[in-house]
Amino acid sequence: MSNELRINKNNFIDQTVRISFKFNGKKLFGFKGDTLASALLANDIHLVGRSFKYHRPRGIMTCGSEEPNAIVQIGSDPASTEPNVRATEIELYEGLEAFSQNCWPSVNFDVGGINNLLSPILPAGFYYKTFMWPASFWEKYEFFIRYSAGLGKSPTKADDDLYDHQYAHCDALVIGGGISGVISAKLAAEKGLDTILIDDKNFLGGSTIYQDEESFKINNANSNQWLAREIESLKSYKNLVIKSRTSLAAFHGYNYLLAREALTDHLSVHERKNKIRQRLWKIRAQKVIIASGSIERPLIFNNNDRPGIILSSSIKKYIDYFGVKTGNNISLFTNNDSAYETAISLSKSGVNVNVIIDIRENSDSNIVKEAQKLGIKILWGHTIVETNGYKRIKSFEAMKLSSDGGNIVGNKIKFNSDCIGISGGWTPMVHLYTQSGGKLQFKSNDNIFIPDETKTPSEQISVGSCNGDFELDDVVNNTIYNVKKFISLDKSSYDKINVNCSKESSKKNIWLLPSDKPLHKTKPFLDFQNDSTAKDVKLALREGFKSIEHVKRYTTTGMGTDQGKLSNMHALGIIADTTGTNMGELGTTTFRPPYTPLTFGTIVGRNVGKFFDHTRKTAIHNWHVDNKAEFENVGQWKRPWYFPKNGETMHEAVQRESKAARESAGILDASTLGKIDIQGSDASEFLNRVYTNAWSKLAIGKCRYGLMLNEDGMVYDDGVTTRLAENHYIMTTTTGGAANVLSKLEDYLQTEWPELDVYLTTVTDQYSTISICGPNSKNIIKKIIPDLNLSDENFPHMSFKDSKIDGVDCRIMRISFTGEHSYEINIQSNYANDVWKACMDAGKEFNITPYGTETMHLLRAEKGFIITGQDTDGTLTPSDLQMDWIISKKKYDFIGKRSLYRSDTIREDRKQLVGLLTDDPKEVLEEGAQLVEDINKEPVEMLGHVTSSYYSPNLNKSIALAIVKSGKKMKGKKLIVPMEEKNINVTITDTVFYDKENKRLNA
Amino acid sequence: MFIINCPYCGKRDQVEFSCGGEAHIERPKQPTELSDDQWAEYLFMRKNIKGVQFERWNHTHGCRKWFNMVRDTSNDKIHATYKMGEKPPIK
Repeated sequence: MSNELRINKNNFIDQTVRISFKFNGKKLFGFKGDTLASALLANDIHLVGRSFKYHRPRGIMTCGSEEPNAIVQIGSDPASTEPNVRATEIELYEGLEAFSQNCWPSVNFDVGGINNLLSPILPAGFYYKTFMWPASFWEKYEFFIRYSAGLGKSPTKADDDLYDHQYAHCDALVIGGGISGVISAKLAAEKGLDTILIDDKNFLGGSTIYQDEESFKINNANSNQWLAREIESLKSYKNLVIKSRTSLAAFHGYNYLLAREALTDHLSVHERKNKIRQRLWKIRAQKVIIASGSIERPLIFNNNDRPGIILSSSIKKYIDYFGVKTGNNISLFTNNDSAYETAISLSKSGVNVNVIIDIRENSDSNIVKEAQKLGIKILWGHTIVETNGYKRIKSFEAMKLSSDGGNIVGNKIKFNSDCIGISGGWTPMVHLYTQSGGKLQFKSNDNIFIPDETKTPSEQISVGSCNGDFELDDVVNNTIYNVKKFISLDKSSYDKINVNCSKESSKKNIWLLPSDKPLHKTKPFLDFQNDSTAKDVKLALREGFKSIEHVKRYTTTGMGTDQGKLSNMHALGIIADTTGTNMGELGTTTFRPPYTPLTFGTIVGRNVGKFFDHTRKTAIHNWHVDNKAEFENVGQWKRPWYFPKNGETMHEAVQRESKAARESAGILDASTLGKIDIQGSDASEFLNRVYTNAWSKLAIGKCRYGLMLNEDGMVYDDGVTTRLAENHYIMTTTTGGAANVLSKLEDYLQTEWPELDVYLTTVTDQYSTISICGPNSKNIIKKIIPDLNLSDENFPHMSFKDSKIDGVDCRIMRISFTGEHSYEINIQSNYANDVWKACMDAGKEFNITPYGTETMHLLRAEKGFIITGQDTDGTLTPSDLQMDWIISKKKYDFIGKRSLYRSDTIREDRKQLVGLLTDDPKEVLEEGAQLVEDINKEPVEMLGHVTSSYYSPNLNKSIALAIVKSGKKMKGKKLIVPMEEKNINVTITDTVFYDKENKRLNA
Repeated sequence: MFIINCPYCGKRDQVEFSCGGEAHIERPKQPTELSDDQWAEYLFMRKNIKGVQFERWNHTHGCRKWFNMVRDTSNDKIHATYKMGEKPPIK
């Protein structure tokens, strides 16, 4: 390992612990505490990736989450590999493997680099403009574009890491562990508030913790030493929790925030075993203090993207924090004082600072004087017009700026440098503030958007540089003053604080720096990841885009994984300058969560696999499993679909089950049907209002089928309701509709009809339902309940009896969904499995055959009974279903009644339910298939579609239900079902195919 | 994510609730007396206000009670919650 670029200074990494890692297959070394980026730089590797569009070589540009270029693929395991990870954020661990992205065959030789040569013909909107025509070619273009424009690669196997979610409630949440965050946390803790301090790094202190200059003193100590002691003092507060490696992702209303804590990402793969990888914190805070800091801006000049061009403050962090020299001959290019801090740090560490190019005419602040004392050369009033070096900066050329800053004058001066630090000022990180609903104001002297105090949601405050304070004394004093006020703290340990610091005395800003070349021959990059330049923004404006949101999307500025944290402000500035508008009026693009990308794993937490949704199983489920049922998901329920025997196909099993149910006896687990217990003196009146038919005259002990509508007149749900006693009913609903029906009924009871004395209770889980049908059903019930009189006179169809099975209370309903003589046993669920087995034993001699939902559907279709949700879709009235008989003409009102004679619902050409028979009785239609009359007329008019279709073993032919325009009038008419291979001829029939006279109910 | 003050249970997280649209639209007592247009007005027409709006909410994963809410849709500030049948405390 080359140690030439490491300095031995009192910094924040442990140079006694060597860590080996691989980058693009090459084994390298770093130290404990390094990030991947700092370790690469220490190994003199700047070139890390290729840009998105032009495939230009790109290097590490920053040291934090704003990094646009150095995004890498971590690991090669198909389950755990992670794309688009910022090298500046990943902490180095033993065995870390990282790869460059968006390059082929390698980052050093990338075929896509040809796009850079083609760049004159790849302007903003190139894809939109070029691939518009011919439209049919889009599929071909898309493949090519996707292949060449990918960033990282997704994992190909399921993620087997563990992720967690956890709630936290606190009095005060402090976001950011820089100097203002630390001060805020201490104040909150002094007040006695339960406080959480969150920081995304592994170490508190922000950029002040390595600010070791004579020009910055707090209470007579260098600012870094003072802050280190303050951080140490936080540990004594029991009411303060510090969460490091935790990144705030989203700030929602009512102080609800999401943060991602990285728990194992800094550990070696071996150490991670069986540990939770990341945790999503769901935080509800009484008060939020945002101290999210600011991000240094780049400068926008020709070829400002070469590897080796790094933000000035990042160079300072690499040297002061990580002890890494980003070059041996470094120049700086700035419009403000902060680059001078970097120059001083470099100089003190023995790195040659070649020159500082400053676009300002002069500055006499202390920090500038300190740099001048060290003998650092400063070129005032100059700008860089060109940089050279393809894979690493080698040299650059500077020229004097004209007095208005819009042009250059004089001669070019050439400098050699292997690294340029750039600083264009600072951008407050207001992302979280605006996510919470806060509005911004523009502060023109610093060209920044900061929180508008008057438009800030309550119970939050922004402090420090995210609030526009950049001078150390302002940061400290304003933070103390504002936080004390915010949390109503009178006295604090900071009341006699004394800050001395260098103050910036001159400011100058030029969003797009001029070059000696015309603009169209330069490459001043704005969005480094998406390769959009200042030219592109100007082109977009010329082409008529005005709104910042449109320019953003057209040029893709700010749309990369970094979301334009570096240069969105420059894009705004250039738009404002070009169009002559004020930046404050222009506004910003919308800041959306998450602040930095989240893994899907973190978002879903433990809710994967069987925890993704609830699974409901009936009390008889295990019997079904033991008897090899295939299951179907119905809502959250697992229902037996069919019971294959001896390797039967589904078709064979369903045909056998259907025949057996009609010829002798079938048994169905109907426990999933919704059951609502209805009691109260107005129960009958209530049913009158919710069902279309009349209920007052239903005798005790009788059952009735009911149809429930929405207020718009469309069929909503159906089921049989039984009158158990004078004021006591039990309603059944469809399996899928149970919860919604209960909610709807509760809604009407609570809000529209509070005068009704009715109580609703769901008893779906409490009772299990076993349905036995077929000519031998009576014989089977007789064996199980010998003392129940099953004669038609005593126990007719559509009636119920209270009874007992082995001493256990049960309700027997004689109702039928198959058209056969049937009984339903309703019994407490904990006895259901035994009763089911008793039925199976009793039915053995009658070849009792368990059947599933598919056979149930087939049998009811033979009878033309609808399934709401299958044959209906929320657009059909009872009349559309040919069920006019169920609409009471005597009732004054029920839900949906008035809608049944709206002009639209009485149209005769509505889609209506019909039966279909295929001309070839062996041909089974596909459900969802379209129905047409004239296949040759263009456009072909689609009259409707098939809703249910089966091969009926009892009729020995194919049957189907369909909804068809004007279907009621079309009985006997021939239609066509056009399929891919052929057209199928069908005839419209009655909806009832089997036992039209209902003789079998009493068979 | 709001904190909602259920008139029956007190302050709870929004995940426990569901919104049921505009409040104070009474179901006509005599629907059959209404013209198609009048019935359509009740059935379909809802306001979508930017600003203070009256809404029906249900404490779905709690007491299951319906109640009303006054909410400013522009900033999600909840001005009041009150029981069904009560008059809105704010105009």
